[in-house]
Amino acid sequence: MPYQIVVCGGLAPDPLQTLEPVPGPAAPALKNEMMLPGVLDPWASHALYEAAHLAKQHSGSTVKLVSLAPKAKLQQVLMTIAQKVPFELVALDGPNNGFSDANETGKALGEAIAKLNLPKENLLVFGGWESATRGSGVVMQVIAEHLGIADVFLAVDEIKIEDGGSFTVKERVEGGKHMVSRCAAPPAVLAWATGNLPEPPNHPQTGMANMRVIMPSLQKAAPTAVGSGMAFASASLPKQVRETRIVKDTPAAEIAREIAEWLKQ
Amino acid sequence: MEKILVLVHTVEGGAVPRAALETLAAARSLGGDVVVGVFGESAGSSIGSLAVEGEAFAPARYATDAAACGALITASGAAVVLAPHTSRMGRALPGAAARAGGVVDTHITGLAAERGTLTASRWFYRQRIEGTISRAARPWVLLIEPGSFEAAEAAPAAAVTKLDVKAVSKTELVGFESPEGGEQTIRPDAETLFVAGAGWTKKQKDGQTHTPEAGELILGFVRAAKSSLGSSKSLVDMGSEGQSVLPFLTHLHQIGQTGSTPRHKKGLATCCHGEEPHVVGWRFVRERRAVNLDANCGWARGKADVLYVADAFEVVRELNKLIGS
Repeated sequence: MPYQIVVCGGLAPDPLQTLEPVPGPAAPALKNEMMLPGVLDPWASHALYEAAHLAKQHSGSTVKLVSLAPKAKLQQVLMTIAQKVPFELVALDGPNNGFSDANETGKALGEAIAKLNLPKENLLVFGGWESATRGSGVVMQVIAEHLGIADVFLAVDEIKIEDGGSFTVKERVEGGKHMVSRCAAPPAVLAWATGNLPEPPNHPQTGMANMRVIMPSLQKAAPTAVGSGMAFASASLPKQVRETRIVKDTPAAEIAREIAEWLKQ
Repeated sequence: MEKILVLVHTVEGGAVPRAALETLAAARSLGGDVVVGVFGESAGSSIGSLAVEGEAFAPARYATDAAACGALITASGAAVVLAPHTSRMGRALPGAAARAGGVVDTHITGLAAERGTLTASRWFYRQRIEGTISRAARPWVLLIEPGSFEAAEAAPAAAVTKLDVKAVSKTELVGFESPEGGEQTIRPDAETLFVAGAGWTKKQKDGQTHTPEAGELILGFVRAAKSSLGSSKSLVDMGSEGQSVLPFLTHLHQIGQTGSTPRHKKGLATCCHGEEPHVVGWRFVRERRAVNLDANCGWARGKADVLYVADAFEVVRELNKLIGS
């Protein structure tokens, strides 16, 4: 069965960048936010790779990346992501940072997906289980509610399609375990953890093919206002800095004794 | 303070998780009227005065759990809903909040009520920025991070109102699996976290890699110390890219920006550079020590209490002799 796979993914600052909150008119922002190099949110990236992998296994399937982000930054990031796997882009031009409201972001994405008028009987909505910005784990469930989808899986590491259209899903739960569930049929929402696939290598031909449809989509990106019901009393860097004691030129046995003592305390 | 619903689920056998009792303590600390609602197996005999139970509500599934949560929120009439941030609640409650016309915030690590205004603390950008928020919208659902409060004591409710909730799901629970080959992973009950970095699989002093020995040393320590086993992203990724690595490490061991954020009392990092994307996962590890050959690695820059500049193979070999005996 071919699937209509919608992947939701926003942007996050490159993890190696230093982040500093600054006051904004309604909510905090990051210092030099528009200058910070960005990446497609890591867990959303995994969702995209898993979507492309699934689409490849089921001919006729399509992958649409729905992204709510500032248009200029999204264009920069897509120059790289477009080389990874084939997909179509649905761009929403709007705010996307850690201080935006996950509830409202979910509603905006849900509305955008609903407007695509995709048939529900083969619809799978993918995304990251949390973002690297808000880290809330809320958006995918809000999207599910907006679309009327009653089967949602969180922290997914694997989907296996079975004969007859049912599929099993492995979700991360407490104690380092996977919970395995079987869903009779789409539609379903899968919020991915890391999955099992490595990051695909860059493929320039895929990039060129993708960019032909991505650029017009970026130009048409609808300005999307995302409300916020949150009032911030504070946003600051953690104060804790440790005084690191550096132990050099010490025999391994002595270090081991010190660590063993520490472990016993 | 507004009326608070503490929403909890039972686990196998009808018990409530410790995180539920921590959430109850958080609610009581705010003052005001606190009502407890429970769903899941044997919920009617649990600590709640409101309950949703029945065969359909025993397994963790979004459709049935969200329906149960929604019914409990509505029946309680509470303006504020506190729940433990377990995987089950994390999956279902955001949907239930949306159905109830409310809003939800997750990973809450602190709560305060001053002059009737409730504020909640949480982290942004994966534990890199901390913030305090408030909201006017109600019901306001807050998922409390386990380990943020001391657990309260709770007895079974004197009188229980069982709600009749109808919910169907096309999802069925098949079972639970432990990660392949991973006898140890992130276990919240362990006192110590042991993190293996990519250096374990690199060429050593003799110009050769010693991956099998690295595996023996790491597992030897984890078994003897009964510690959790974590890893850096780079080491886990090397495995999925087909390189020779430690076969027992999976993405479930990954700590940091794209992994977990465990809450152990002590953490020992080995052969790991302590770069920021990894160290954000150590935010709640109180005592940190690291063994690394690079005296200028990230751990040396205020991220660890002690950095031992030494060969981790030698140190862990000696350490295993001491703690294994």
